[in-house]
Amino acid sequence: MALAKRIIPCLDVDRGRVVKGVNFVGIRDAGDPVEIARRYNEEGADEITFLDITASHEERDTTVQTVEQIAREVFIPLTVGGGIRALQDIRTMLNAGADKVSINTAAIHDPNLVSAAAARFGSQCIVVAIDVKRVSEPGSLPRYELFTHGGRKPTGIEAVAWAKKMAALGAGELLLTSMDRDGTRDGFELTITREITDSVDIPVIASGGVGTLQHLADGVTQGGADAVLAASIFHFGEYTVREAKQFMVSEGIPMRL
Amino acid sequence: MTQRVAVIDYGMGNLHSVASALEHAGALEVTVTHDHEAITNADRVVFPGVGGIRDCMEAIRGLGCDQLLEQAITVERKPVLAICVGMQSLMTASEENGGIACLNQVPGEVTFFGNPHRGSDGTRLKVPHMGWNQVVQKRTHPLWAGIESGTHFYFVHSYHVVPKDPDLVVGTFDYGLSGCAALARDNVFATQFHPEKSHQAGLTLLKNFLSWDGTC
Repeated sequence: MALAKRIIPCLDVDRGRVVKGVNFVGIRDAGDPVEIARRYNEEGADEITFLDITASHEERDTTVQTVEQIAREVFIPLTVGGGIRALQDIRTMLNAGADKVSINTAAIHDPNLVSAAAARFGSQCIVVAIDVKRVSEPGSLPRYELFTHGGRKPTGIEAVAWAKKMAALGAGELLLTSMDRDGTRDGFELTITREITDSVDIPVIASGGVGTLQHLADGVTQGGADAVLAASIFHFGEYTVREAKQFMVSEGIPMRL
Repeated sequence: MTQRVAVIDYGMGNLHSVASALEHAGALEVTVTHDHEAITNADRVVFPGVGGIRDCMEAIRGLGCDQLLEQAITVERKPVLAICVGMQSLMTASEENGGIACLNQVPGEVTFFGNPHRGSDGTRLKVPHMGWNQVVQKRTHPLWAGIESGTHFYFVHSYHVVPKDPDLVVGTFDYGLSGCAALARDNVFATQFHPEKSHQAGLTLLKNFLSWDGTC
């Protein structure tokens, strides 16, 4: 009897359509986030993360409608991230049916947004997304810093101290993405994952770089993550969520099957 | 049996997921309300809750939802399902926010997991207790129908309830301690987990609630 580790498929959504490619057998419309969320739900996903990468503010209404549609028929936790800048954005997403919101760049510009959001809506629904890159030379003591704009813009903020600060301000969970690994399929950046999971008392989701089922297991057994997030290995139909969970069980990890 | 459900709304967050899960489970009509008449007209009541206990209790009392619950539980004796902070609000008092008096519908306390919170083997456990954990059924109950003991449900909380009468506990979770996952007394059933977020098992529990006559 133990709290299960979680597998969280991530949908990157642009103007109401899932991007990064989705290739399910038998799916009518590969880009429809509602249909894909439904599929992951049936496969036994523990949660779903919906990342809105829509560039313009005007098209955000589409996102709200999509979140509403997903929440009406998918009865597992739903996290929505991307473009969350103010308390009103959080209220809008929670009202649309999101269970948690993920705050990223806005937390860097104004860390007090995290404490204000936690006080208003409860820590349980405030996820802080941390995008990091290794900035130290190979061979030297590893140092990771936060980057914004998809990993292009450095901030100079050291990752572990930031994670602790976010936890202290009331974040309920951290979503840690290695921008060095994102899209590489080389596996999670386990060094920083371990360091952050050991440094905070709140759950940590590992993200960025999953290419195999072993990578998912490593995130938990070596990285110490409470949950693992992946997009492409599920989108392209290589593995179902259920296969991934069965593999993790075979590695001795407690899962909900 | 008719299935008109009133979901008590005290303005503390999104109740759509509870409402849509109830509809999905087969409820004829779901009303999200804090109107006395609407609750009198409903044949069963759901009392959800998220967020901090102080704000919740202020909102509950401010809108007269404490009286609504008293009416539903004690006077009209309707089936009542309390979820998460809704369950915690039913207790005598909570340690959260420096100590807050609750509704005292069910004598008992709401206590913090501890910081750090450790498992029996000394490992550090994250707080909040967030994710899917197994619920061990302590006794049979109509709301457990079709759900095996040991089924996973979705939890997210940092405080847990300890009823004065341990016989009220109908389900437990294991997280460094054996906690109360569900309690039942007469026409009241309360869960620390979120049935509306617990996939098939949660929908089954909600379906059972919709056909429950309030006895056990």
